[in-house]
Amino acid sequence: MKKFSISSLLSQLLLLFFVIIWIIPTFGLFISSLRDKDLLAISGWWTSLTTTEVNEIYRMSGMESQIEEDGYFKIKGKLFEDNSGKKIESFGITSKKINEFNIGDIATFKDESEVLLDEDGNYEWRSRTEFKKKKGKRLFTTSLSPPAFTFENYREVLFKEGIGRAFINTMAVALPSTLIPLIICSFFAYSLTWMKFYGRDTLLAIIIASLVVPLQMSLIPILTIYNDFGALFGVAAKSYPGVWMAHTGFGLASTTFLLRNFLKSLPNEMMEAAKVDGASHYDIFLRIIIPLSIPAFASIFILQFLWCWNDLLVGLVFLDQVPSEIILTAKLKELLGSRGENWEILTTGAFVSMTVPLFIFFALQRYFIRGLVAGSVKG
Amino acid sequence: MTILNLVFIVFLGILFFIAYFHISNYILDNYGNKTLKRYNFENSIRVIVFITPAFIVLFIFILYPVFETIRLSFYDKFGREFVGLYNYKWAINDPEFRRSILNNLVWLLVVPTLSTFFGLVIANLADRIWWGSIAKSIIFMPMAISFVGAGVIWKFIYEYRGPENTQIGLLNAIIVSLGYEPQAWLTIPMWNNFFLMAIMIWIQTGLALVIFSAALRSIPKEMLEAARIDGASELKIFFSIVIPYLEQTILVIWTLITIIVLRIFDIIFAMTNGEWQTGVLANLMYDWMFRGGGDSGRGSVLAIVIMIGVIPILAWNLYKHRQEQKI
Repeated sequence: MKKFSISSLLSQLLLLFFVIIWIIPTFGLFISSLRDKDLLAISGWWTSLTTTEVNEIYRMSGMESQIEEDGYFKIKGKLFEDNSGKKIESFGITSKKINEFNIGDIATFKDESEVLLDEDGNYEWRSRTEFKKKKGKRLFTTSLSPPAFTFENYREVLFKEGIGRAFINTMAVALPSTLIPLIICSFFAYSLTWMKFYGRDTLLAIIIASLVVPLQMSLIPILTIYNDFGALFGVAAKSYPGVWMAHTGFGLASTTFLLRNFLKSLPNEMMEAAKVDGASHYDIFLRIIIPLSIPAFASIFILQFLWCWNDLLVGLVFLDQVPSEIILTAKLKELLGSRGENWEILTTGAFVSMTVPLFIFFALQRYFIRGLVAGSVKG
Repeated sequence: MTILNLVFIVFLGILFFIAYFHISNYILDNYGNKTLKRYNFENSIRVIVFITPAFIVLFIFILYPVFETIRLSFYDKFGREFVGLYNYKWAINDPEFRRSILNNLVWLLVVPTLSTFFGLVIANLADRIWWGSIAKSIIFMPMAISFVGAGVIWKFIYEYRGPENTQIGLLNAIIVSLGYEPQAWLTIPMWNNFFLMAIMIWIQTGLALVIFSAALRSIPKEMLEAARIDGASELKIFFSIVIPYLEQTILVIWTLITIIVLRIFDIIFAMTNGEWQTGVLANLMYDWMFRGGGDSGRGSVLAIVIMIGVIPILAWNLYKHRQEQKI
């Protein structure tokens, strides 16, 4: 069995390799969203547990804060707050030589004023003559910054950047866009499975064909309908109900198809027995079909909900890009354009948008997988 | 719109559909039998009650648009004047369109193939290892997040800073530590397409993986046991038993991912917006829906080209459906 164990070791290593490749991107994003934004901008997330060397520029206070002491005019102050844990290593007074002085050295400016700096950022700037400028001079510091993790990015993103509102908007889009097709399609699938009527087979074939029709085929005509409808009745062409119905339309075929496949597997005798007992189709639907279909509903709910939550195109075309209507994905795309360099905002925003899908993923993975395996084909 | 209003209309919207079914069926249950007497007639009204909402939605959002889009492709940018094949001729001569269709073809070749391949390999590996289900979970996870979210994740990986700065993008940090110059990956024509495709493969491999995992369980254990006893190596088993057994599944997954890739939009829109020669048909179509006030003729032609891509799959599905109905 020696040969087997070597091959087993190899497959473990290979699998580990895949797992690492697959997890690293998301992991990096998560770590970055928790890092101090100044550190995030200058060092890779993989260094987040080590001390980082930071180069910064500060400006000292101006003439208002000067005091007279020991024959000097002095300006005292702090470059940064106490709690950051930063330790200054060296500093400079011109941008060309930012490491000119060590802590304890006295740096002398051209106007013969002198500055003393300690490693915590306390400075004393003194001059024999009175300070006459409103703005203080610049100091260039090189300091060592300890690892810093914070939830500050989340507060900023949720309340200042509008991601919090976008989160609510997305919920307001995704929930009805999932429940409405589920309601409509369960009746539709029931009638396609258990009721006999003229044209049933044609309808079924249309559903099968609609499964793969790309939603691009519908965008222009529906946008025109909405615009005409809005103009005719004097209402906004882009609105929440409009998005719900669009998502309902695009999810209708796959929801019906999956539900019908499930209903077909239920025993016919049960329906027959209920009918003999005088139950109407609605009774059968409420008392027998719904309780039996809960697992199928759960799978389809998750698929459609994730689809609507993660959608960008429908939300982009059928909603106005204003704070009260913009969805998370559209907001993220907007931030990618406008705040492309602010990685603390982008990473945190992306992670906020992923919270709901990730929760569903970890809590309800079984239903999610079942739905996918049941053959989700979506245009 | 305030949040309270929003919650209110959400409830109202959902309630509306529940109320429709409940009230109409309640009326049929309680008054239908008395006034309509004949069971069949009552039954056919019930059918109408059950299928009408779905049918209206199907008609407005799928059936009518398909024919309307075909019609619009022969009309001018406002959809008013008939212009014959003008829009199609424009497409053939448009360099952007040619670039897009070429990119789409490369996407169609690379992404479904590699996703299916990785999915199959990983499913096979994970099946035989005790921590395999954890591994599967991790590799499957990107399936749950949005294309835009994945875009941000990977844009962070591809992040470029000038050579004098510390690289905060993982890929450039690796490249620099190996002694090479950092690159702005997403702006290198031709290659940037592959960096975008990597994102899609990262996502879709999970889909292939879970379906293969389910299918692997259907391979009879005895067959594998017998092969092992006869001294077949794991590789030999993989190629001689597993792959032939999963042929059907491979085809299904490959088509599934092909359909998803054919209308790929979000990743490119978020990452490059089609610049640096990364545009695909869906992006070009979105562009023409709004460019210069919108051109419904050109937009429709682009939608139809995407549609043509799925027609073979559509026909195959219908054919299979027919076969099943006969049995």
